[in-house]
Formats: sequence, C-alpha cells, structure tokens
Amino acid sequence: MRRLAFACLLSLVPCLTAGVILAQEAPRLRGPDPFTKEIPAPPMQRQVTNDVRVRRNYPDQPPVIPHAIEGYAVDLNANKCMSCHARKFTEQSQAPMISVTHYQDRDGNTLGGLAPRRYVCVSCHVPQTTASPLVENRFTDMDALTEPERQPARGR
Amino acid sequence: MDLTRRTLLKTQAATAAAAAANVVLPASAQNIPTGEDIQLQWSKAPCRFCGTGCGVMVGVKDGRVVATHGDMKAEVNRGLNCVKGYFLSKIMYGSDRLTQPLMRMKNGQYAKDGEFQPVSWDQAFDEMARQWKRVLKEKGPEAVGMFGSGQWTIWEGYAASKLMRAGFRTNNLDPNARHCMASAAVTFIRTFGMDEPMGCYDDFENADAFVLWGSNMAEMHPILWTRVTDRRLSHPHVRIATLSTYEHRTTDLSDMALVFKPGTDLAILNYIANYLIQNNAVNREFMDKHVNIRMANTDIGYGLRPDHVLEQRAQHANDAQVSQPSNFEAYAKLMSEYTLERVSELSGVSKEKLEALAKLYADPKTKVMSLWTMGFNQHVRGVWANHMVYNLHLMTGKISEPGNSPFSLTGQPSACGTAREVGTFAHRLPADMQVNNPEHRKHAEEIWKLPHGLLPEKVGYHAVQQDRMLKDGKLNAYWIMCNNNLQTAPNTNNETYPGYRNPSNFVVVSDAYPTVTAMAADLILPAAMWVEKEGAYGNAERRTHFWHQLVNAPGDARSDLWQLMEFSKRFTTDEVWPKEILDANPEYKGMSLFDVLYANGEVNKFPVSELDPAYENRESKAFGFYVQKGLFEEYAAFGRGHGHDLAPFEAYHQVRGLRWPVVDGKETLWRYREGLDPYVEKGAGIQFYGNPDKKANLVAAPYEPPAEVPDSEYDLWLVTGRVLEHWHSGSMTLRVPELYKAFSGAVLFMHPDDAAKRNLRRGQEVRIVSRRGEIRSRVETRGRNKMPPGVVFVPFFDASQLINKVTLDATDPISKQTDFKKCAVKVVLAATADAGERP
Repeated sequence: MRRLAFACLLSLVPCLTAGVILAQEAPRLRGPDPFTKEIPAPPMQRQVTNDVRVRRNYPDQPPVIPHAIEGYAVDLNANKCMSCHARKFTEQSQAPMISVTHYQDRDGNTLGGLAPRRYVCVSCHVPQTTASPLVENRFTDMDALTEPERQPARGR
Repeated sequence: MDLTRRTLLKTQAATAAAAAANVVLPASAQNIPTGEDIQLQWSKAPCRFCGTGCGVMVGVKDGRVVATHGDMKAEVNRGLNCVKGYFLSKIMYGSDRLTQPLMRMKNGQYAKDGEFQPVSWDQAFDEMARQWKRVLKEKGPEAVGMFGSGQWTIWEGYAASKLMRAGFRTNNLDPNARHCMASAAVTFIRTFGMDEPMGCYDDFENADAFVLWGSNMAEMHPILWTRVTDRRLSHPHVRIATLSTYEHRTTDLSDMALVFKPGTDLAILNYIANYLIQNNAVNREFMDKHVNIRMANTDIGYGLRPDHVLEQRAQHANDAQVSQPSNFEAYAKLMSEYTLERVSELSGVSKEKLEALAKLYADPKTKVMSLWTMGFNQHVRGVWANHMVYNLHLMTGKISEPGNSPFSLTGQPSACGTAREVGTFAHRLPADMQVNNPEHRKHAEEIWKLPHGLLPEKVGYHAVQQDRMLKDGKLNAYWIMCNNNLQTAPNTNNETYPGYRNPSNFVVVSDAYPTVTAMAADLILPAAMWVEKEGAYGNAERRTHFWHQLVNAPGDARSDLWQLMEFSKRFTTDEVWPKEILDANPEYKGMSLFDVLYANGEVNKFPVSELDPAYENRESKAFGFYVQKGLFEEYAAFGRGHGHDLAPFEAYHQVRGLRWPVVDGKETLWRYREGLDPYVEKGAGIQFYGNPDKKANLVAAPYEPPAEVPDSEYDLWLVTGRVLEHWHSGSMTLRVPELYKAFSGAVLFMHPDDAAKRNLRRGQEVRIVSRRGEIRSRVETRGRNKMPPGVVFVPFFDASQLINKVTLDATDPISKQTDFKKCAVKVVLAATADAGERP
C-alpha cells in the first residue's frame, strides 16, 4: 500500500518541461539559486535496516543491502559479510548465499571458496538510506515491457 | 490493468491445475512469460564512468535499455562491474532529462538576464552563431573558446578540435581532463617523449608489490582494485603499500598504510631515490644506456594569477617547465639531502615504514607496479611527483616488462582516448603533436587538407585560465560540452561563476541534465548520452573500444558530434579565416566550415550503406555519410606508422577493444621493450623511442611546500575527492535512486578529536570556511574514511554543498592542473543550524 501511494505521488511530479525544470527544487542536483547563495546542509539520512529484500531492477543487478554495515571489517584479516552470507553460514543466518558467480575466478573456474576478486563486497553491494529520490527515474522494468498488464503496482 | 496479488495467485492456481490435467493453457494464462517476449537484444559497450574502461553488456527491449551486466568477454573486467556500472541501465532515465534547447529570453529575444525558455535548434544555433560572429569580429579568435571533456567520444573530441583550431583558428580548447590528469600527460611527454603508460592492466597479474601513490583505488577504480586484491589474496608473497593523507577503503586491504602530511610525498619519493643510491640498488647499466639525467628549475610558483604574491616571489614562475642537463653525481648529491631521519620528520611517516617501502623498489627480485591518480596529479608539484616515481623505476630498470610498471590511472572514460590521443588540450594536436611546433601544424594541415598557415601556433587558454579570462572579459564566446565545470573547477565563487555571468560573455552548455553549470549558462543544448550514439573511448591502458547506438535520445536531444558539425554549417570561410589565407588559396573561398572540415573528401568518404543495419546511427543519417568512420579514419592517419597505430574502424566493433599501437593486427601490451613492442629495433633491448635519442629523461627536483598550509586561523587541511557510488559531480549517479540512497549527500569527514576540540558532534551542521568562500556540511566522524587529526575530506558530488567554493585555484605551474587536495580551512558550528536528524 505504501508502494502504491509512492507510485501515485511520483505520477503527480509534473512532467518537467522547460519552465518548471529550471526551478531549483533539487539543490543537490542543480546547486543553490543563485549559485552564490549559501544554503543549509540537509540532515544526514537514516540507514535502511529493515532486512526486507528489495526487488532487483534486472537479474544482473547486485542486490542492495537492507541492513547497516557500519563497522564491518573487510580487510586482510577478515570479511565480516561472509560470516552470514558464505554458503556454510546461511542456514544459521538465514541470509542469502552469495551468488554462484562469486565462487569463480577471472577465467570462470569454480573455486572452493569466495573468489579473491569478489572479496570487496561493497564495490557492488551498497546499503541504502531512507532518502527520497531527488527526481523520478523513468527506467522501465523489462517485465513491464513483456507483460504490461500484469505489473504489481510499484513506483516506475 | 494491474495484476493484484489475488489474481496472480488465481492465475498460478489455474496453471498448476492445468499442468496436473496435462492441458496447455493460452499464453496469457501462463504465470511467466516465455518465447519472444523475454528476448532482449544484447550489445557490448564500455562503461560510461571512470578510466578503467570496463566492458558492459547492454540489454535493449522496445527501444529502451532494460538491463546491463559486466561483459564476461571483456578482458578488463571479465564479468564484473562496480555498483555504478551495474546501474548504468538507469542513468539515461532521470525524469529531468533535457529534451529541447533552452535560452535565456526576455520579450521573445535572447537576454543575458532573461529566463530560460524552450527554443528550436534553429533559434538556438542562430543566436549562438550571431554571438560567435560578433565576438570574432570585435575581438578575434582569441576571444572564442571551448571547454570539452574526457567523456567525449573520440570523434566528438576530434570534430571539436578541428572546429576550434582549423575553423575558428583558436587553441582555446581544453578538456576537463586538465583538472584530472594533465600532470601525468605532461610528464609522460617530458620523460618518454610519448604520452600514456608503457605497461597495461596485465601488470596486475604479474607484480609482486603494488605501491599506491595518492590513489584510493578501492573506491575510484573498484574493478582494477578487484585485480589487485585478487593478486594479493591469491599469492601470499604479494604486498600492497598505500600512501595517502588519510586512511580509507584501500588502506583497509593494504599491508602497509603510510599516512603522510600533505605535499610531503615528494620528500618520500626522494628518500627512496636516496636509499637506492646509498644501498647500491641502482641499475647503472640500464641508466647509462637508456637514461638522461636533468635538473628541473626550482622555486616555480603555484600557477595562481600572476599578481599573486606567491607568483611574484617565485624565481621560476615563468620558466617552470625548463630543465638542465645534469649527471648522476649531481643527482645523487641532491637526493642525499633526503635522509631517513629528515623525511620521517617532515612526512610524519615512521622510519620503519619508509625503509620497508624503499626496499620494495630496491629488491631486484620484487616486481613493482606503482599506481597513482588524483593525489599525485592534483598537486602543485604534480609533474615533479610523476617524474620522481619514474625516476625510481628508471634507476632500477623496473619498467616496460610484465609486473614492473609505473602506471598512471585515469578518472574519465576517454581521458586517454579523447583528451590526450586526439589532443583536445590547448597545446596539443593528435598523436602527441604540439600546436607550437610548425612541423606538427603543417602535418595536421596536410591531413586535414587545409591551407598552409591556417592553424594558430599560440597555445590556448588552459582550464583555469579560461575561467580567469571569462571573468576578465577576454574570453567572450564560450561553449562547455560534456562536463560540469561550475561544480568541479576550483575557487568557483571568485573565479568561475563571475565569468559565466559576465554580461559581455555568451556561455553555452551542452548536457543531458540541468547541471549547476547549465543553470549558469545563457543557452543550454540537450545532449544525447552514452549508448544514444555510436561512440569510442580510450581507457588508461591504451585500449580503444567502440559501441553502437543502441537507443534513441529523448525528444530533441542530439549528440555533441551532431551539435558540433551542425553548428559549423553556420559559418563560411570568408567570415572566419583571414583574407591573406583565402587570397592565397582561393579555392576555399565562400565554403562553409562544414564543407572544409567535414565534407572534405576524407571524413565523408564512407557512405551510409556501410552502417551496420542492426543499429541506428542518427548522426550519419543526418549528414548523409558514415560520420564516425570518416572522422576516425582521418584521425587514425595521424598515428599510423608513428607508434600510435590504430586498427581499422570495423575491427573495433568486433572486439572488446585493442591496445595501441596495433601493428599487423596485433595489439601492444608493453611498449619500449624488444620482443614486446614492434617499434623497438632488433638488438636494442630497450628503446624509449618517443625521444630522438631513444632515451628516457630522469628529471630531478626537490621537495617544495604546498601553496597554502594551515595556520592558527585556518587550521585544517582540506582534501576533496570522490566516492564509490557517485561519479564526479553526480549528474548521472544522483539520478539513480539506488545510488543516491547509497550515499545521500556529502559530509565532512573529520577525526573525532578534531570534532571534540570544536565541540562538534556527528551529524551536526558546520560551516567549512576558507579565504575564498564557505559552504555548509554535516560532520561525519565515522564511516569509510579515517582522517588523521588536522585533515578533513569533503566529496564534491553534491551540488548543495559546493566544496569548490572553498578550494584554491593553485595549479601545477607546468601541467596547469589544479591542486584540489591541499588548502587551509576552518570548521565551525553553523550558527543558525538545528542539530539535524540524528542518524
């Protein structure tokens, strides 16, 4: 229901034509108006920590992280992420297992553990804040193109 | 019709029942689509972001990009992308895409103080041409300029270079790459006589030690970092040493983190040189055979305005680039001043760490890859810093072979391909040629089929100088393409913005989105981006790679290439070339610039019938010939047979890029070494053939302090830079919700003790103040960057926190590249601020 409300809200954002577009409603994108004006810094945003999986935009998108990772060590001695997401720990943790691709080296050979090239999880997987998008993104989900009549309600 | 959860479940139940009864239901009743419906058209493209040059597979359906993933066949990244790359699918779909030209108008007329109104391309170009002609008539070619981009495709940069130099007869063309890697580019030429690295990314799998000089690869070159970490974690003997002014994600995975006081990297480099000399680790045979030794002019100033006291005081501000022939003894004597004790004291790095670092270079059995980016290049002694690292590799002979590699990383996808190879700098022509060399100009005139004497010899205004000249009213007609300079230039409140709004100037910005820069322009032209056009980029390892146009740009948005070529139609030679040249070459009289620059028998040689029918190509269809191929083939004539050989145009659409020189169909992985580089003569072993004597230049220089250092009032060092999730000024990545939510706005990274000393808590709003200006931000004492006391870091992607209002416009006096890493600020609680939402 919240998603539905969000989608409705987005559709209300006017189709930004020239006159409107250049209003400075998003200083993070376009800067202060005029440029020389001093503007306040928006508050820091809260982290999403609800552990709810977020649908991917397409199959190859690395899933975003629905929890805080503050203080997680990913260094030469330890990889904190793997203490839940490694294959052998997923039963206890009920966390998603890292993708099978993460066991493959540069040449596609399957290894006995996490591929060293995939060691830095945060290069691809990022946590999220509760910030609202600065502008609508009109990316179209491939499902919406294949079967437009069957889309669950969701922000475009 | 929305499919509700209830109907979805009903459909699924029906399907299950049908399956049990062995009945085939109509497709609409199936719970998942199959067949034609799920087919996507996949094509290759390089990533739109950094200089790594990852291969991406782009999935298109119904004229829209619906998916992207790392290209398994691309050698650079073998299936990986960083988080920005994985979200490329969404960068073109921000709802505020510019779809029509917008001009400042009042009463139906252009007015500098007017409001933006939509206009047609014809209206836009009419006004623009009128302004260009006015300025050319009143002031001449030196009052016209363009600020281009390391994100331009190769042919866009090439078309722009022709239009500016040969069309308008000015070298006031510079790329934003000036802010990014001019120090590296200039030093390559000074040292090897040829630009760009001798090695390539294959060095990552061959090195025993990686030394990072001012490069946070884990965030800024994440996919190259996967190759480093792969090597380090797979081969326990491998070591990573990272030098930086603060700790970050790269130091997290380094064996050694050397946090030094800003600017003292020069002294550390010279200490290592001294160590090599004192410990007989110099390969004297290599030095004698392949290296010249020179001494740089010292006390060279800081590239500030000439009336600045620091410039007045400097002995060699005006001949900073000069160096004198010298010898090893003199070099050793200069280096002997950099003792372990002195350098440890100066830099704040422990003696043990300095010595361990020096040993990596000294041990002949350790193959060393030195890597650097902005910490080195954005440095008031960036050219010296680059020299100093080459000096170490030359002294030990650790160069031009797998794993032994001084390697400059680039920040933009075609900083190498377009800014450097095409030569869109104010002093350059294609293939490393220089505008102030009469032979080079003559050669360019021949290839371009233009009258002798047409090309101007005077070096044009570089990036920072363009801003100063706009402000001073000496540069009046100005076109900014494919960059966001008002957000990214230094000292913008005082030196950039005033020029854009100077009433005597007409400023045009071509961009896909309304950026800070676009908002300050007089005319905004909507641009096609990335796979909305056929393109070519050149990455940091000399790899040239192509892509096809995969989707159409929205509305009236057009590629920079189309804009440049279409605009050229509005000028005739009589309007822009001197009478003497036309009198001597009457066959050029009365022709349009389009005819002499692009319909010149070369560029328009290839018909549209050669286009790949599977792909759209709007520019070629608009102009009636295969524009990209014609431009590329004419451009390639500059480099073929001269060590810059590019393969035939078609080859690049087949492969995942090729590293030049491409000789007999084969790319070159390591240059200057016999057996690896076809340009090295048999029996020579090593030849640095870019220089006439085929030797490299070791250029000695001392440590000199930064332009501005903290004092009792401005008591902190400010470092600016990027973050993993946003690319440069954020105009693309901030419009991708997932990336925005991953790093939702800039913060001030600060040591907890520095915060406590100022009674500041995490999340509080503060003012960051320098002698130039101030902004407001929020204090961050945790997170990915661990600042030492006395140093703060602010990323520049956030337009609501324009940190470049605070930075100093000091440049390296030789490369003219700004130092964005060192200036003095104070941080105080924002008086009117609330405490903010506590995270």
